[in-house]
Amino acid sequence: MRITCPLNGERDLREFTIMGSVDYLDRPGQDGTIEALDDHLHLRDNPAGETRELWYHDPSGTWLVVTRNTVTHEILSTELAMEVGK
Amino acid sequence: MRFSALRILKEGLTGNTGWGPLWRTPEPKASYDAIIIGGGGHGLSTAYYLAKNHGLTNIAVIEKGYLGGGNVGRNTTIVRANYMLPGNSEFYSHSLKLWEGMEADLNFNAMHSQRGIINLFHSDGQRDAYARRGNAMINQGDDAILLDTQGCRKLLPYLDYDQTRFPIYGGLYHKRGGTARHDAVAWGYARGADQLGVDLIQQCEVTGFLIENGVCKGVQTTRGDIRAPKVGMVVAGRSGQVAEMAGFRLPVESHVLQAFVTEGLKPCIDHVITYGMGHFYISQSDKGGLVFGGDLDYYPSYAQRGNLPMAEHVVEAGMTLMPMIGKAKMLRSWGGIMDMTPDGSPIIDKSPIEGLYVDAGWCYGGFKAVPASGWCMAHLMATDHSHDVAKRFRLDRFRTGHVIDEESTGSQHNLH
Repeated sequence: MRITCPLNGERDLREFTIMGSVDYLDRPGQDGTIEALDDHLHLRDNPAGETRELWYHDPSGTWLVVTRNTVTHEILSTELAMEVGK
Repeated sequence: MRFSALRILKEGLTGNTGWGPLWRTPEPKASYDAIIIGGGGHGLSTAYYLAKNHGLTNIAVIEKGYLGGGNVGRNTTIVRANYMLPGNSEFYSHSLKLWEGMEADLNFNAMHSQRGIINLFHSDGQRDAYARRGNAMINQGDDAILLDTQGCRKLLPYLDYDQTRFPIYGGLYHKRGGTARHDAVAWGYARGADQLGVDLIQQCEVTGFLIENGVCKGVQTTRGDIRAPKVGMVVAGRSGQVAEMAGFRLPVESHVLQAFVTEGLKPCIDHVITYGMGHFYISQSDKGGLVFGGDLDYYPSYAQRGNLPMAEHVVEAGMTLMPMIGKAKMLRSWGGIMDMTPDGSPIIDKSPIEGLYVDAGWCYGGFKAVPASGWCMAHLMATDHSHDVAKRFRLDRFRTGHVIDEESTGSQHNLH
């Protein structure tokens, strides 16, 4: 599996660390309920197929949103997390 | 049909014509008293103990592929009870005791071999941690011996004791730990359940749930609707998809865990050995292959195969620890789909939907749990109460903060 970073080009999997589902960008605010936080931190869609995830490119410190297929390991697209602006 | 030495002798003399199938191939009925989704190790043991311990024999196991075709058929077969935290400790202790009586109970040879597990440590701090773990194991009533370097040399003379980077300070020796024949466990429970009247229905995929007024009344399958007042989902890596059909989400991510086996060699490794300074553990199968594995690939996957970085790490760690395996040829590698929870511990609990029960989140340690998981899941489904040794495996523990974080790495999805 190789991931194409918009800034650094195609790089080896070893250079990346996964944070998890892109849902992590939608953090409940200060007024969020316990249930909403539990949802946010723990509950997962866990899709078999296309998924969007937050990955970190360790050498350059870049946060990415990677669209990936969990059945085929195909990388479909990568965007800078700051530009996804969710 | 009972297996015995006499029977083998008789069959040997009469051309082996008397052996039959180990279980029936029934058509699904329109309704049962209970349904188990998933014909893997945990599902089959749940069915067996529902029938044996609770007298529920009008039940079915529904499997989309073939029995034992998932993780129970693709793991590294290690059986142990060396846990430390309340919750895990009593559960895996119970499981190991069930393993010890399983073959006699099922009249089936699961090739359970208590060859001992040695967890190596490589620093003073790690020795303290293992001493503490060993004490917890002894307090639980299980066995643990703290070996020093000499003790390790005696049992494992072939390790690289001269390496200066990660010197071997000793190991925690768990004598009752060992391995078993993975498929045989599934087959043994399948045969046992079948003999008690359980219908094992293969090639039948669950496509939805029959939920009426918020109560689960059965399942929709590729072979028609099947109704039952109690449904248990025991589907490991596919827990996310099955829960989605029922309309709720689980604290589970499915990850790939790789394992490897070499060509068959003469007996050389007598124990299960884990390396304390790299992700590597090894044992030798009865066929002679060195079976070893490491850590997760660390990204969600349903591919049942991994990537090279983890394969490389595992092999490097193995070579650091025991250079003697360097000339063995690796025969195969494979991956299983692990249902990972945020804290690395499982869930045996009621679901948010009445009548639907969840057994999931076995992470990378489901094999040794097969008997106790079935025992406790059967208890929960039959009585609507958690079994004493599984009462901490709650679905809501991440919300309430009662996590069981055996590795002390934190309760977060990307840390286990």
